[in-house]
Amino acid sequence: MSLLHFELHDFRGGIHPEEHKHQSTELPIASAGIPSVIVLPIGQHIGAPSSPVVKIGDKVLKGQIIAEPQGFVSTALHAPTSGTISAIEPRPIPHASGMSDLCIEITPDGEDTWIEHHGVKDYLDTAPAELVNIIQHSGVAGLGGAGFPSHIKLNAPAEKITTLIINAAECEPYITADDMLMREHADQVIKGIEILVHILNPDRCLIGVEDNKPEAINALNKAMGTTRDDTHKIHVVPVPTKYPSGGEKQLIQILTGKEVPAGGIPADIGVVCQNIGTAHAIHNAVVLGQPLVSRITTVTGKACAQPRNYQTLLGTPISHLLKLAGVDHNQMNRLIMGGPMMGFTLQSEDIPIIKTTNCILAANHEELPNPELAQPCIRCGMCTEACPAQLLPQQLYWFAKSSNLEQVEAHNIADCIECGACSYVCPSNIPLVQYYRFAKGEIRQANADKIKSDRAKERFETRLARQEREAAEKEAKRKARAEAAAKKQAEKKAAAEASGASTNTDSSSTTSSTEAPLPDMALLQKKLDAAKTAVEKSKEKLAAAEAEGSDKAELFKNAVEKSQQKMKDAAKAIADARKQMKASENTSSSHANEKGDPNTPERLKNKLELAESRLTTAEERLAAAQAENSDKVDAYMTAVNAQKERVQAAKDALNSVLANSNTPPINETASVAKPSPNIEQLEQKVRAAQTRVDKASERLEMAKAQGMDTIDALQLGLDKQKSKLADAKKQLEEAQS
Amino acid sequence: MKLLNISSPHATRPGTTGGVMQQVLLAMLPGIAALTYFFGMGHIIQIALAVIVAVGAEAAVLYIRKKPIGFFLKDYSAVVTAVLLALALPPLTPWWITIVATLFAIVVAKHLYGGLGQNPFNPAMIGFALVLISFPVPMTTSWTAPTPILENAIGFSDAVTLIFSQRETIDAYTMATPLDLYKHKVAVATADEITLDPIFGSGIALGWEWVNIAFLIGGLYLLWRKIFTWHIPVSYLAALTACSILFGWDSDRFVPTSLHILAGATMLGAFFIATDPVTASTTPLGKLIYGAGIGLFIYVIRAWGTYPDAIAFAVLLMNFAAPFIDQYTQPRTYGHAKAKRGLPGKE
Ligand code: SF4
Ligand code: SF4
Repeated sequence: MSLLHFELHDFRGGIHPEEHKHQSTELPIASAGIPSVIVLPIGQHIGAPSSPVVKIGDKVLKGQIIAEPQGFVSTALHAPTSGTISAIEPRPIPHASGMSDLCIEITPDGEDTWIEHHGVKDYLDTAPAELVNIIQHSGVAGLGGAGFPSHIKLNAPAEKITTLIINAAECEPYITADDMLMREHADQVIKGIEILVHILNPDRCLIGVEDNKPEAINALNKAMGTTRDDTHKIHVVPVPTKYPSGGEKQLIQILTGKEVPAGGIPADIGVVCQNIGTAHAIHNAVVLGQPLVSRITTVTGKACAQPRNYQTLLGTPISHLLKLAGVDHNQMNRLIMGGPMMGFTLQSEDIPIIKTTNCILAANHEELPNPELAQPCIRCGMCTEACPAQLLPQQLYWFAKSSNLEQVEAHNIADCIECGACSYVCPSNIPLVQYYRFAKGEIRQANADKIKSDRAKERFETRLARQEREAAEKEAKRKARAEAAAKKQAEKKAAAEASGASTNTDSSSTTSSTEAPLPDMALLQKKLDAAKTAVEKSKEKLAAAEAEGSDKAELFKNAVEKSQQKMKDAAKAIADARKQMKASENTSSSHANEKGDPNTPERLKNKLELAESRLTTAEERLAAAQAENSDKVDAYMTAVNAQKERVQAAKDALNSVLANSNTPPINETASVAKPSPNIEQLEQKVRAAQTRVDKASERLEMAKAQGMDTIDALQLGLDKQKSKLADAKKQLEEAQS
Repeated sequence: MKLLNISSPHATRPGTTGGVMQQVLLAMLPGIAALTYFFGMGHIIQIALAVIVAVGAEAAVLYIRKKPIGFFLKDYSAVVTAVLLALALPPLTPWWITIVATLFAIVVAKHLYGGLGQNPFNPAMIGFALVLISFPVPMTTSWTAPTPILENAIGFSDAVTLIFSQRETIDAYTMATPLDLYKHKVAVATADEITLDPIFGSGIALGWEWVNIAFLIGGLYLLWRKIFTWHIPVSYLAALTACSILFGWDSDRFVPTSLHILAGATMLGAFFIATDPVTASTTPLGKLIYGAGIGLFIYVIRAWGTYPDAIAFAVLLMNFAAPFIDQYTQPRTYGHAKAKRGLPGKE
């Protein structure tokens, strides 16, 4: 039935990068086994993160639900193996930005005991709605790309679906997870596709496979011989190998000749696209009753002793897979999640495998050398030839570089799928996609800034009011702190006078130590203030969550309690400190110790040393750059000069302090305590922004799914939140570095 | 080992801009060989002179602009400019004209506009046009006659002497180009009478036909290597052919099509000058318009202008128009019903 001739349509552009696929298809799929720890981010899909329904210490069985979907655009999460919940906390997650999100950690018991489960035998006679429900509650999300919850595309679409497309093109170099899945589990894959056909009832279903996978194509055809489907709707269609044929839009174009309208979704032209891995997961969910707890991941790259595909439990740390594949860490120069065209680099091996992780590429220096310095664009137009979206990449580049957003938009940057074909062919090695990402961010920002819908305005105003209030409070607190510090200085002086060289009887510390002899009131006060703010904040959040009826209310409640406890502790510390101070005051009255705080010069010295060492590094870099004739010389030069100034400033500061050390700066404690809370605050900001982004995207997905006409407004809102998140992250990074 | 943190794509096609330029240079070899075979050693000397001056000037400007010299010299763009200029110049052009043209091309036409990729006009053609306008006499009297019809072929030392010092004997070696000759004679003679002149040989234009075929071969090689696309050469040649047929069907009154296509610098222009990516239009449709425009201007200038050949002016005129053409010829992007054209905000 698949021998029918299909008229294929080419898409414009495209490239033929080296495939590097055979390395990982030499051996059959192996089980990656049970790692010593499992870490599951609650947001592995597009849409609202699922919400945990387990507590630390709970025993879970394999396949037991541990987080429930929140709303329609969300999906469930299940325990990949049996064990104990050992943590629920933010951890680094697989994301291009290296950010953290809430994760559930399971310590496996090694038994791998399944929870009781059973499949639907007569699935082709079961109501589609019921099947969709099973799919959502089995945690199936797109295994190929962004991880869109699968049930949404299956849920009674508004348009009549004429064509169901199963994306098995797998066009990215190196990745063979789908290839091996088709070779080894073709029967199950076809059954999964039958279920999809049953649910959507399209006129035809086309499985698009790149023709560089003959084994997979044969296996699928063979499996179709045994299918129960007798409608002859399903066809395996080999498509010519060309990157990015596996891009959803491109595959649709190849198979149907139609284009997904700009800003639209495939359903607009009667098409639904599902990944082949998703079809397999749907089979497991429906026929076997097994939720999505593992996936096939390709582990490849020249740093691996044996590249191979692994059936991997979700949440398995990458380090576990790397060990299995015999990765030589001395060789590994780039660690990529995904393929070499669209994947992102990872900085840590502790990051877990998630539902969308189709490949881990541990590349050595030889196969992915460090990028060469970009040469000027010679407008050779090779990028234009390569672009599958029929854009003008070099024009976009010039406009993005000069921040001409109007022109960038006029050149349809929104339709760029970031496939990287343009950068791949560019003879000048210009990182074009990087420029587009930047420009897209800028445009989003600009658009977001433009909307002044009443609601946004209102929100803006309330926020402004709140900020003002907060600022006023802060100012008041700052004053109080300054006063406290001044008082402290006075007290200290008095104390020092009193105690002289003798040891302090009351305190555990001694005057000869570098620590201040007495508890630092200002610091304590600051802690108390911080704790108070934290309480207020978490209360606010709790209220918001409750108002929205969010499942997170429970979490927030915990947070409130915790921060209240902290506040109490801080208050107690202050009280203790006061007592102590009084005690020491009573025993002390002697001459002044001109070194009000021995820390000051020392700290300055440290600072100076640090600045000096930085200067050395900067100078080394400059020298290296000069030796290489790099065009970064200028930048380094400026850096060196700036650093020199800093060193000088540090020296001056130190000297002046040493010269008149009897007048220690009053606000010393405040300034010392500052850096860390700053980072914390920023982190908090990032987290808050993340939550807002999540919420906004959830609302948007919901609106999309229900075809509400607020989509645009929501999209803009989401974009704004995203850009804010990006800002916050940037700030945080800056603060950290 | 520290893990690299950069954004996708991670794989890139090996090769650099310098590599592209080297391909272009390689593709010019057949044309250079044919020129040397038919017109003597003059071009070799011009190329050597222009390349030395161009590389020196490039290095000096980079030094002044505080750019890494080695990094930019590696892109070979200065060498390509120099060779193109040298090939466009008559083989016996006096040395100082070559130097002036090269310096102007590199320093003014290229670097004053911001260097590689930023220059709106083809530097080689700017240099050529400058000296053609400034020194018309030596520029129009320095084409050697095809070697086969000379009594004594021009050896290396002859060429050196003629270019660098003694120019008194130059008339013994030079001759008008066939295009020029035909144009001037057609007013008083018929096609049959004109082509009796030995300069037309037994074919179309002695020597020139082979030179053009050699450049065509080099151009096809570059097309095959996908260094540029077919659009510009095809529309350029099509427009030139169409015009010459439209106006010049009567070879007793106009220069015939065969001569337009296979004499003069037609193929050099089509495949090596008009295709200079930096100064050409960049959209597929834009390239067609751009090439056709050059073809049209070449015909107009050759037919009614006073200069012997017209590649340089035609190319420069279209360089002017390229940004404008680009703005109005954006391709239709995937998923869009029609292309966005024109300036943003004015749709
Ligand atoms: S491929 Fe690179 S050099 Fe060529 S036009 Fe595009 S951006 Fe410019
Ligand atoms: S990354 Fe964007 S501009 Fe570049 S080829 Fe892909 S779609 Fe075109």
